[in-house]
Amino acid sequence: MIEQQPKLIHAFGALAELGQEVANKNNFQETIRTSLHLVSGALGIMRGGVARYSRFGRELNMLAVRGLGDDFPLSLSLCMEDERQFLANGLNAIEVASARVLPFFQVYSVSIDAKGIELLVPLIIRDEIVGAMFLGEKATGEPYSTYEIEIICAMGRHVGVAIAQRNLMAEIERRAEENRKLFDDLRTTYHDTVKAFAAAIDCKDKYTEGHSVRVGKYSEIIANELDWTADQVEGAATAGYLHDVGKLTVERKIINAPYRINAKESAELNKHPAVGFEILQPIHHPFTDVPLAAKYHHERLDGRGYPDGLIDREIPYIAKLVNLADSFDAMTTDRPYKARRPAGDVIDDMRRNAGQQFAPELVVAFMRGMLRELAGDAKEKRFRRLLGREYMEAEGLTTTLRSALNELRPTSEMTRIDP
Amino acid sequence: MIRETSPETNDDATATAVITAGDYLNKLAGESIERLCREKLDSGVKRLVVDFSETEIINSIGVSILLDVIDSAKKHDAKVVFAELREDSRELFDMLGLTKHVTIV
Ligand SMILES: [Fe+2]
Ligand SMILES: [Fe+2]
Repeated sequence: MIEQQPKLIHAFGALAELGQEVANKNNFQETIRTSLHLVSGALGIMRGGVARYSRFGRELNMLAVRGLGDDFPLSLSLCMEDERQFLANGLNAIEVASARVLPFFQVYSVSIDAKGIELLVPLIIRDEIVGAMFLGEKATGEPYSTYEIEIICAMGRHVGVAIAQRNLMAEIERRAEENRKLFDDLRTTYHDTVKAFAAAIDCKDKYTEGHSVRVGKYSEIIANELDWTADQVEGAATAGYLHDVGKLTVERKIINAPYRINAKESAELNKHPAVGFEILQPIHHPFTDVPLAAKYHHERLDGRGYPDGLIDREIPYIAKLVNLADSFDAMTTDRPYKARRPAGDVIDDMRRNAGQQFAPELVVAFMRGMLRELAGDAKEKRFRRLLGREYMEAEGLTTTLRSALNELRPTSEMTRIDP
Repeated sequence: MIRETSPETNDDATATAVITAGDYLNKLAGESIERLCREKLDSGVKRLVVDFSETEIINSIGVSILLDVIDSAKKHDAKVVFAELREDSRELFDMLGLTKHVTIV
């Protein structure tokens, strides 16, 4: 044993280096090549290879080889019996000479014998085959000693861990990709569902056909003007699309009444924000607080709105945004009892009501968006598409917008911009 | 760096190439030494001299790469000579069996 001490010191040096190499997480291919050199150099092994196991193909694919030449197979398949035997063997070296009965060694005997492979070490990590090491004869020509085999197995464990880590990383990457695709699918599904709902809500109210869809679009315009992120803009649009979902439970004849409805009918209609909240609350909405937008889209800054008469800061921002979009659409479309109002009139109304009903900075954002489109600075003519060319070309609309914007202070005393 | 001085004689049968091992030998980059040797062997060199004068210590990676050199030389019926080897490296090579396959000068 005394004369073996320098040998041991050398081998343990290699083992330590291997541990470091695996922990450093360098390039995987390089780690495996380095590992093979370290194992070979630790004990003076003439040739060998490291393979990774593919469970699905049930084959060992060579990752690194030394001195095996071109004729040694790069992919070696295992049968179920081989797999079972390797697993039972665990991470221990199999001496080829005494394992000839295994189908694996019979199938590959020519290649294995031609290259003088003496040991096969199945790399088993957590009861799974992750790979194998093939090791040829030693430079001394002597057989492997017990302690050498132990060192080989210790080194094999490191190599196995490196392969298992790599497999895990690949699996994580694959799942992340799958998740992303799933998320995209869900998002599309959600989007389609929201639009279908908006169409269903609008169906009930023949006089205000397309109201929900338009409120969604106006909400989107405002959110865009506020420089919200893409997700937030989509959330604002969704809140707009669904704000009147509670109307689905209001009797059709009240919604469609071609006259000003009476107090009782009005009370019935005024339940729609609360009902909308009940409908939307159990659904998980990916972006904004859509249920709150439905519940509070008829609240006003001055507290004269319904259902709760909240004032200013008590009203969720998204509800203020939808309120403005909703009111704008109400003013600019024909109602059963009222024709739509001219554009200049509507701008005037919004300006006067900024700070009373509407959040001033939202009015500013909305008007700015409209002005930009009139000045030809907008990518899309969204207002024109929603309101008609003639309506948007009303005499003096640009001037009205400019003076309204000049007059408006971006925030009221009470309101704070909080995008 | 791998420096090569190749005072090859005209006589093909004794064509000699000298390869300096350097300290790259102990890293994966040392594989280039083995590649260089193979090129020499392919071009007909029959005597490969590996010069260790610039190599302080040799680790397991270095040993493995030298074994590859020995293996390639065998396939080409060429001889390998280790020159300027330090004493401790020589002991290591004795222990691991490398000296069985090379001439040490
Ligand atoms: Fe409403
Ligand atoms: Fe509405």
